[in-house]
Amino acid sequence: MSSQTTTTSPLRSVAIRFAGDSGDGMQLTGARFTHETARAGNDLATKPDFPAEIRAPAGTIGGVSAFQIHFGSDEIYTAGDELDVLVAMNPAALRANLSDLKQNGTLICNSDAFTERNLQKVDYESNPLEDEELSTKYNLVSVAITDLTFEALEEVDLPKSSLEKCKNFFALGVICHMYSRNIEDTKRWIEAKFVKAPLVIEANMKALRAGQAFAEASEVIAETFDVPKARLPKGTYRNITGNQGIAFGLIAAGELSGTRVFYSGYPITPASDILHEVSRHKNFGAITLQAEDEIAACCAAVGASYAGSLGVTASSGPGILLKQETIGLAASAELPLVVINVQRAGPSTGMPTKTEQADLLNALFGRNGECPIAVIAISQPDDAFETTVEACRIALEHMTPVMLLSDGYIGNGSQPWAIVEQEELAPIRPHYTAVKEGETYHPFARDEKTLARSWALPGTPGLEHRLGGLEKQDVFGNISYDPENHERMTALRAEHIERIADTLPPLHIAGDKDSPLLVLTWGSTRGAVSGAVSELAQEGLGVAHVHLRHLNPLPRDLGDILSGYHHVLVPELNCGQLHLLLQAKFLREMTSLSKVQGQPFKVREIKEKIREILSAEQVH
Amino acid sequence: MEQELTQLTKKDFESDQEVRWCPGCGDYAILATIQRLLPKLGQPKEKHVFISGIGCSSRFPYYMNTYGFHTIHGRAPAVATGTKIANPNLTVWVITGDGDALSIGGNHFMHLFRRNVDVNVLLFNNRIYGLTKGQCSPTSEAGKITKSTPYGSIASPVNPVSLALAAQASFVGRGLAADPKGLEEVISAAAEHKGSSLVEIFQNCNVFNDGAFDDFADRKVRKERQIQLRHGEPLIFGANDDKGIVLDGLSLKIVTLGDGVSKEELLHYDETNPVMVDIFARAPFPEFPVPMGVMHRKERPAYNVGIHEQIEIATSQKSKGALNTLLSSGDTWEVS
Repeated sequence: MSSQTTTTSPLRSVAIRFAGDSGDGMQLTGARFTHETARAGNDLATKPDFPAEIRAPAGTIGGVSAFQIHFGSDEIYTAGDELDVLVAMNPAALRANLSDLKQNGTLICNSDAFTERNLQKVDYESNPLEDEELSTKYNLVSVAITDLTFEALEEVDLPKSSLEKCKNFFALGVICHMYSRNIEDTKRWIEAKFVKAPLVIEANMKALRAGQAFAEASEVIAETFDVPKARLPKGTYRNITGNQGIAFGLIAAGELSGTRVFYSGYPITPASDILHEVSRHKNFGAITLQAEDEIAACCAAVGASYAGSLGVTASSGPGILLKQETIGLAASAELPLVVINVQRAGPSTGMPTKTEQADLLNALFGRNGECPIAVIAISQPDDAFETTVEACRIALEHMTPVMLLSDGYIGNGSQPWAIVEQEELAPIRPHYTAVKEGETYHPFARDEKTLARSWALPGTPGLEHRLGGLEKQDVFGNISYDPENHERMTALRAEHIERIADTLPPLHIAGDKDSPLLVLTWGSTRGAVSGAVSELAQEGLGVAHVHLRHLNPLPRDLGDILSGYHHVLVPELNCGQLHLLLQAKFLREMTSLSKVQGQPFKVREIKEKIREILSAEQVH
Repeated sequence: MEQELTQLTKKDFESDQEVRWCPGCGDYAILATIQRLLPKLGQPKEKHVFISGIGCSSRFPYYMNTYGFHTIHGRAPAVATGTKIANPNLTVWVITGDGDALSIGGNHFMHLFRRNVDVNVLLFNNRIYGLTKGQCSPTSEAGKITKSTPYGSIASPVNPVSLALAAQASFVGRGLAADPKGLEEVISAAAEHKGSSLVEIFQNCNVFNDGAFDDFADRKVRKERQIQLRHGEPLIFGANDDKGIVLDGLSLKIVTLGDGVSKEELLHYDETNPVMVDIFARAPFPEFPVPMGVMHRKERPAYNVGIHEQIEIATSQKSKGALNTLLSSGDTWEVS
């Protein structure tokens, strides 16, 4: 049965993008392929890319929804620069995504969707599938996916509209065959998902198997590929998105600290998924509140922290700005609070489904008055859990608001995550007051080491006290307008945040420590830079790389590390915010690499910049 | 414990901070009324939490020897929502003013009542911005001349009681700072109510809006220009308790008692009837006396109770969450 012309070639990594109309089920197709790929032992990273409109007009560029997966036998750092395979379910998907396909890459198109009407919608004057250029430049595989799906489902007694919906499973079958993917888990998944609709199970399974069989039998798929297993550390793995990692991290922090998680949010892209996920786990005692607005969401979290819960709120740029006055209150009252910013492209409403890192300076300086808070950032989906637990630890042990920065790329992207067990995680010790009933509680007396004030919970006899946003008398906490007291309290609040640095581990220098160039990253730029540094090392070019999880306070050893490098490159998805800050702080010149396209850096872009700097260095 | 509680006095609820409202401010009377009332409510000091926003009234928590949180402008209801849900055993009070609650905080005011979080809102209404020295407020009358409206305010005032009722408040009452006995009665009823409660307190700002309520609050005219609403009782007012209210179609009508009209024929107030409550909330002054006391009371499930019930249900259905089970849920695979 198997075509004799099919050959199997080994590959180190592959990037595939599934693209189609919003209603074509591309996110689902991508998620299933991701799971089977993870099961097969590859490392991977994914990036969904969907329109902000829920139902943009069918067949238009605005309605294209895509899911990209990059997988391989080596460590995978990003969702991939260029595509090896593009699946385009209609002309709009082709139009919107073709420029990312490598020359000679495989282009699988659903020829049935290339009707005159659909072509017109995206200004194709003629059918590109009949254009010789397309088949010369790419390995064009034009398949009548819709018709073949109907054929395969001839005997399934469902309306035609339902049968057509199965065409994404046909496409999934084709790709699964090309990369020798098992479909057993997907079969189980379909059975569970449509348990109440046996005919839908039958239809989807038939479409999936038909896609596989077609790919196996037809000569249009001339090659199948084998991507060997990656050497991942031992353990049990699952796929995790950044937003899911944050939700799990919050629940874990509740368990580790013995405090109740109180999460209150207001719907906003791309942060809403955290609210949804935490809301599913009420059996951990977690409280979730969908507040009337962003301000109320933050206020309710502060009110809950005041009462002894771990108050948490999340949003994206525009919502974070609305919360800033309340964050200032929590900073002034010195209450624990975790504020999560899943950043998106701004300004104003900007591009809600596209990524950016342009809220860093806002996180650091966006409140009135001198109002430092702790700021830390997640670097990739598999880092979200640990960084979230760290944010909660800082909030509870140091009695401060913490801004936890993520972004749309991390939030929606996914990676395999080595599951940790509770026993491996250090307990969190909230800084409750040690003052007993009968002794005098001074709300602004501080711990000698951390300068944290202690937490006295309403309901406790004898510790009655008043808090507020007015300036407080040192130690006693009564309202004070004394000039020197204000200056002392301002300094104490700053030093209180600064001392968090005492608890930070030393920074890790990755790559070639002896290189004249250090690349410094924060947040999601880590992936592209790790990929670039690793590829350049293989090409014989050594570069050092330091990644910052903590942005306020900065790690104590950063200054010394920076002084050891002739060049420091700071790539950011903004116009150079960390760059501005570090140049001012360390009084030295650094190079900024800025990108604001709503898309993450490509490895290639980082490599080009590094080469440019290092070749100039050689000229000198 | 019981013994201890009965021994609490007004003094126990006074903090060591010097009270700093203008001499003659109506806030002093409200503070004294609450400090007098709290020992009678039977809760120990540490169970009371006073949460305020910004404005003259919002300094209130500093003067109470209980837990207190002076927050930010307009947001006290949202902060209080978090506090009450996080610890439902606390008795949570919101102290706010007309600008704080109805202007900058209008949204939170509305949603607190919609959710029916068990919080007592005491709205000090002086119909002016006092702390910022005399601008018109959302309850200032149309035509009001203030620093910010030298040619008169163009906007109509909002009625806090109607606003709370529209938001489905389960308790609404009114009191007068200058009538401590009546005020204590209505606040006491609000405190006993399970669910959110609003008490609108007419409070004179003798610096920026002196005499704002004299038309009906002055002792000389009080009986003539106010009517005490009491559930199930006939609606009687007047200097000599000689006037009553009857329903004429869907409108109110004032009648003279004894003039062929007996008490039994008067309208009997029903605080649970939303139509009647609404008619009284909107009764125009001075054609009708200003309704005071408990205007509306009808219990319905409180948000803070429902949210904990959901947790109990989820816990009994799924059993108490175990972190390791959660983290390893869904599709997993081994790498060896």
